[in-house]
Amino acid sequence: MVNIAIEQDHIRPPQPPGFLKWMKENLFSSIFNTVLTILLIPLISYFLFAVSKWVFFAAEWRAVTQFPLLYAVGQYPRDQIWRVGIILSGLFLFLGISWGRWGGLLKSISFAAGFIMLVTALLPVQHPALDLSMRLYLGSNLLIILVGYLIGSKTAIKNIYIFVGWLLVPVCGIVLLAGFEASELIPNVSTTLWGGLLVTILLAAGGIFLSFPLGIALAFGRRSSLPVVSAFSTLFIEVIRGVPLVTILFMFSIILALFLPVESRIDRLVRALMAVTVFSAAYSAENIRGGLQAVPLGQIEASKALGMGNFKTTIFIVLPQALRAVLPAIVGQFISLFKDTTLVVIIGINDFLGIGRSIINSDPEFVQMRTEVYIFMAVVYWIFSYLMSLASRRMESAMGMSNNM
Amino acid sequence: MTEEPIIYCKDVHKWYDDFHALRGIDMEVFLGEVIVIFGPSGSGKSTFIRTINRLEEHQQGQIMVDGIELSHDVRNIERIRMETGMVFQQFNLFPHLSVLQNVTLAPIWVRKWPKEKADKVAMELLELVGIPEQAQKFPGNLSGGQQQRVAIARALAMQPKIMLFDEPTSALDPEMIKEVLDTMTDLAESGMTMIVVTHEMGFARAVADRLYFFDEGLIVESGTPEEIYNNPQEERTKLFLSQIIQH
Amino acid sequence: MTNNQPSISSKDKIPFYRDERIIMIFAQVLSTVMIIGVLIWAIINFFKAAEARNMTLTFGFLKEAAGFPISNPPIDYEPGMSYIRAFQAGLINTLLISGIGIIAATIIGTLTALARLSSNWLLSRIALVFIEFHRNIPLLVLLFIWYFVVFGFVPPVKESLQWPGPIFVNKRGVYLTWPRLTETGGIFIILVVIGFLVSILAFTMLRGRRKITGKETYYIPTSLFLLMIFSLGGWFLSGGTPFQLDIPYLKGFNYQGGLRLTPEFAGMFLSLSLYTAAFIAEVVRGGIQAVDRGQLEAARAVGLSQFQVLSLVIMPQALRIIIPPMISQYLNLTKNSSLALAIGFQEVFAVGKIAINQAGRAVPIFALIMLTYLSLSLLTSFVLNIYNRRIQFVMR
Repeated sequence: MVNIAIEQDHIRPPQPPGFLKWMKENLFSSIFNTVLTILLIPLISYFLFAVSKWVFFAAEWRAVTQFPLLYAVGQYPRDQIWRVGIILSGLFLFLGISWGRWGGLLKSISFAAGFIMLVTALLPVQHPALDLSMRLYLGSNLLIILVGYLIGSKTAIKNIYIFVGWLLVPVCGIVLLAGFEASELIPNVSTTLWGGLLVTILLAAGGIFLSFPLGIALAFGRRSSLPVVSAFSTLFIEVIRGVPLVTILFMFSIILALFLPVESRIDRLVRALMAVTVFSAAYSAENIRGGLQAVPLGQIEASKALGMGNFKTTIFIVLPQALRAVLPAIVGQFISLFKDTTLVVIIGINDFLGIGRSIINSDPEFVQMRTEVYIFMAVVYWIFSYLMSLASRRMESAMGMSNNM
Repeated sequence: MTEEPIIYCKDVHKWYDDFHALRGIDMEVFLGEVIVIFGPSGSGKSTFIRTINRLEEHQQGQIMVDGIELSHDVRNIERIRMETGMVFQQFNLFPHLSVLQNVTLAPIWVRKWPKEKADKVAMELLELVGIPEQAQKFPGNLSGGQQQRVAIARALAMQPKIMLFDEPTSALDPEMIKEVLDTMTDLAESGMTMIVVTHEMGFARAVADRLYFFDEGLIVESGTPEEIYNNPQEERTKLFLSQIIQH
Repeated sequence: MTNNQPSISSKDKIPFYRDERIIMIFAQVLSTVMIIGVLIWAIINFFKAAEARNMTLTFGFLKEAAGFPISNPPIDYEPGMSYIRAFQAGLINTLLISGIGIIAATIIGTLTALARLSSNWLLSRIALVFIEFHRNIPLLVLLFIWYFVVFGFVPPVKESLQWPGPIFVNKRGVYLTWPRLTETGGIFIILVVIGFLVSILAFTMLRGRRKITGKETYYIPTSLFLLMIFSLGGWFLSGGTPFQLDIPYLKGFNYQGGLRLTPEFAGMFLSLSLYTAAFIAEVVRGGIQAVDRGQLEAARAVGLSQFQVLSLVIMPQALRIIIPPMISQYLNLTKNSSLALAIGFQEVFAVGKIAINQAGRAVPIFALIMLTYLSLSLLTSFVLNIYNRRIQFVMR
């Protein structure tokens, strides 16, 4: 039997910390624990030894290191890659501005982003993709974040402009990525060429962003006193939540076309985005509905007694409180959506995982290196979602402290 | 009498499904009067005060506020709500807004005042209720008495002609009741028309022009504080008064 | 409504656009027209498209021969058999992988949660690493690692790995030694079942007696003893051989006998149950920790033993918190089993996908797939609702 520790840590009186004391309490507190520790130590040591031996000596990382750009943006034309760079820098600029304005969690995110840029810029390896201009670009992002920070902290730029910026950069970014048929400067780049992390992030961020208003609408719809609206919203939410994401992806990639006018044609990536959005909206709706239910009736009455109508009450009183209450849940949902976007591989879209797969299958030599590629994929996904869940936990505790109503 | 009552209620009825909550309430309130309603819980006093600004819908009878009839007309409902301010038992301050924002929200969005004007009026009102230094704080950081005074300022900011108080001190700790009652007394002395549901009989005696005793959805008895105190006509009134004055 | 009073009379007539009752009716009508309008528009488009592409919209084809093979049918299936049969095979595969996955995930998850709560720091950290690893990578990546990496590098049949059991692992799958029921095994099983029922009965009765009279009735040893007696009786009645170990053996190019798990099944099973186990571990840990510390102290204060505290105070309260999210994890696992499509384990979705690729039947097959998952979800939420209602009743 395993001892359960729930009682130990509050019965134990506070004592000065010490390494030996710590060992005694946490590793050798009873005969059972002592035996367990003695058994576990060699096991863990062997495991760590085997893993590091493999990582540093046995593993062949060529299939990973040879294609950094492929993993990042897929087949996006290499001479057009500056477009991705502009968007990235744009996001960094506003990240910096927001850090300057609000600090807190945004500061940590800015530091993390800057750190990653610095490390990649100074990576001590020779690689054709990492030439001098690329290194300069990566390094300059550090400056951009700093400039943003100065703008945010020193100037009186209005908050609303920062929000508009956050909205505009991705929207303009997508237009920039797609380009125009007739344009010389930014010719059209077919979405079939988009891939890698670019597509993964696009689907996850786009999905959560677009699903949010839809989710709010569905949540209100489900609570509506109009029976048809409420029935439709409920049905929509429950059906989507009742079936796997794969079904919805296939639904949008195969069936959707049948319900639209014959002449309409929707891009493949857009269909995937729609599927992800609809899927995520159903879950958002339930989260938001929970938040709406948590707003006390007295709040609505107080607002109405002040002469505010239904619409104003909703906008100024109900929604802000409801959304604050569900923010952690929404972040959690974003993390799972980020992981779930991998399923687009099944409908043949080359997201990050898809690129990994196609690299493996491109060369019999790489097939033998699939372990390395998949481990790399797992590590990248892990880092992303672990950092996000860390951020969400910090946000939750920060809100818990400020919110003692 | 040629003067028009500012609140006129005639035979007001209200049902919650089978439960007959208000069974024909008649009341006339004139400008500048302070009315106190008291009675046992479940007597319909809160329900009644909430029908005046349409937080509860009455199903029979007539309610007129400042010459506007309360009916299914949305515009009339909005106008009446602008004319009446309400203070709740549970304060119902908006926790996501600062004290100042709580007070200015409705003037800016309903009265359509510019922000500077709303801020100025709000600060004056916070001064009036005695807590201007708390303007930037959030309601969660205030004591119950302070919250209730903010709620009074918030209601006053809409410059209502009538103030409705729904048991404003019932949720307060004893030591905070006085600061709220003092604010209400000041308000009454400034000539505000008020309807107050409360069991604070000291306040009623000092401030009220008329008292109404509610029981089982009916007005059992009404009169000046002296009449009700010194010479209650009805057994129920006597019994209830003796109960609440004992403790 | 008992309210049959006329609404208040009004001096001026209210213009219709300001009357809240009329506004309400208008909103009802407008919303109804809009929603139904969009639906009708979609349906008209659909019928046009169906006509243009000559699509099947009925389920008549289900009786026709499917014509495609299923690599791992759980029931007798050949390509010549009907779509219904193919679909059944897929459905059973879904239920099979989900059912076994749920059992495994629950066991692994609970053990992980206990390890996480252990007072041994090392054990607790190992559990934490296990949980955080699985929670933060996509299931599909985990699946690919198990299927392509782990099972991708196992040796061919001739050089099979042999593990104690014996278990043989090679490219063709995992071969487990499996106890198979002999002819007399039925008696054993029946007696064990009866033994279970009797011991549960004895347990509840004796525990009830213990509660009422306060006299020690030794309800745990007694019920265990009863179970043992019945099992032993069954063992002897079946002639001592209720089971026969079916050991896999190499015959020609392949192993025969034993229980064979295909690499697809094994990969799917491992990744699904490990992934879900990490989430279940957090649910269980949360449930145990959510039980108020005061409860524990109160229970100790009235003099209950460690075991009694756990079984009488902590677990009943923790279970109440654990069960609802646990059930939704089970549902997630079932829905996630559709990822099997990516590695070619043919459960209901994968079978449907092949059938869709045979032209023109997308709509009815899709409807069938969605209905399958929806009825599983509905069943789950039905169970959950009953449970919640009972809990509320108990709590009141």
